[in-house]
Amino acid sequence: MAVPHAARDAVPFEADRVPPLIEARGLVKRFGTFTAVDSVDFEVAPGEAFGFLGPNGAGKTSTMRMIGCVSPLTDGYLRVLGLDPSTDGPRIRARLGVVPQADSLDMELTVRENLQIYGRYFDLSRREALRRAGELLEFVQLSERANDEVEPLSGGMKRRLVIARALINEPDLLLLDEPTTGLDPQARHLLWDRLYRLKQRGVTLVLTTHYMDEAEQLCDRLVVMDKAKIVAAGSPRELIERYSSREVAELRFAPGVQASLDGQLDGLADRVEWLPDRVLLYADDGEAAATAVHARGLRPESVLVRRSSLEDVFLRLTGRSLVD
Amino acid sequence: MAVGVRVLEHNAMVYRRTWHGSVLSSLLSPILFLAAMGIGLGGYVNRNGGAGALGGVPYIAFLAPGLLAAQAMQTAAFDTTYPIMGRIVWDKLYDAMLATPLTVRDLLVGELEWVVTRLTLVCGAFLVVMAAFGAVRSPLAILALPVAVLTGVAFAAPIMAFSATQKRDSNFNVLFRFGITPLFLLSGTFFPLDRLPAAIQPVAYLTPLYHGVALARELTLGSVDPAAAVAHVVVLLAFAAGGIALAGVALRRRLVV
Repeated sequence: MAVPHAARDAVPFEADRVPPLIEARGLVKRFGTFTAVDSVDFEVAPGEAFGFLGPNGAGKTSTMRMIGCVSPLTDGYLRVLGLDPSTDGPRIRARLGVVPQADSLDMELTVRENLQIYGRYFDLSRREALRRAGELLEFVQLSERANDEVEPLSGGMKRRLVIARALINEPDLLLLDEPTTGLDPQARHLLWDRLYRLKQRGVTLVLTTHYMDEAEQLCDRLVVMDKAKIVAAGSPRELIERYSSREVAELRFAPGVQASLDGQLDGLADRVEWLPDRVLLYADDGEAAATAVHARGLRPESVLVRRSSLEDVFLRLTGRSLVD
Repeated sequence: MAVGVRVLEHNAMVYRRTWHGSVLSSLLSPILFLAAMGIGLGGYVNRNGGAGALGGVPYIAFLAPGLLAAQAMQTAAFDTTYPIMGRIVWDKLYDAMLATPLTVRDLLVGELEWVVTRLTLVCGAFLVVMAAFGAVRSPLAILALPVAVLTGVAFAAPIMAFSATQKRDSNFNVLFRFGITPLFLLSGTFFPLDRLPAAIQPVAYLTPLYHGVALARELTLGSVDPAAAVAHVVVLLAFAAGGIALAGVALRRRLVV
């Protein structure tokens, strides 16, 4: 595959030297009286993988659509690639790759034709569009399906085709809106692998997800959105350190027992979270916390000690579980 | 890059996979209609003094230009209902296009460029069949082609505006049943408008099809009244221009949110 522009002039990020690829200040999107995005600020540096993490309806897609220059902002300041979306939409879009939430593939064309015509929208010559289509089909492992219709492809294949389509113009910035929602684990891992390779080539990635593992896998830095606002920002590691603990011990008790534990777990961990079906103990040493539980004579049916994740961060920040 | 050409190219790419069937029906439809109604029904009309009422021309020569304009209307209506709504609602193709440097203006203009291309092919084929049936009586008939195309656009643009507001396809049935079919039957296509009840006649004058039919007929028969011709063209242009303006607003409202 041809090297994307970003790889050629990729430089390590230094806030005072390299201008951000995306800069948003007080960004607002309203639909009638409903506020989808409520005054958010963020910056994305060249070469970075940046994530918007949050539940459905948090305002992630609306934010992405404004960055993609397809949705006018209601209020605030936004610069993408140093340009103003309200006046330079087509110029910005010429350098973006977009993977929308819905596949939006052309069912009347073949797999290859989908890429070719998309290349033409970016004013590539027919020859160049055909050449890149071939390379990209190779990259997303769809070469054998090149002349097939799109309809019979599996969900994972369609998703890969949409990613190939988003790369046809060798974008500086790739926007992915829930790239792996609805895919089985295998398809998801293949997709992550491709995205990881793009990142290594220096392509800047901006993605939304409501999967914690996806954010941890792909993002250098992320913001957690909830109810139209950004509630936290940082690297996955930082967020976990700030809002969670190193480890978590998950305790499940026999039915009815949990309700009678009132106060008996106090002081065993940095923080105790009571969920309907289990109790979470946040501690640097989960194993020690679990041992202490037993030492108090309590007998949970099961104990699971695991590393703390962004799921825990989200729970801490919003009091709710991320995927309901 | 000229406005809309990439969208036109997209349509051409899709058409490359389906043109066989489309060309066949473009030829078959006028052959069937002119044989059945022009020759079959026309035989009775001519023998029973109908030619006198039609200004001395055989029925097939009266009918054929009416069918030409009506064919333009139907082609335009089909191409701007399901395909347009489908690209907004079903495939979300316009969203994918708008994520590129293309704009809503490109979508609107490109789709109309394609409609014009399709109308030129379909109506051109129709005129050739007409000539083969001896239903062309003046060299001016060549001008009936742009008139038929304009008639089609006078329908395509406002229907595109309508389609851009639809969330599902149920209203298209209503449009065809209560809009397109009555117009097809009652716009002077099959019989002169003065046969209609006096109360309905003014309604027919307000629809684009009547003007397309009347002007195409004057051209293929070679009896053009210049003042009337200008009036017909003005009405058709007004529908086309008004429709384009509305379609621009409707598409923008729907797609840029």
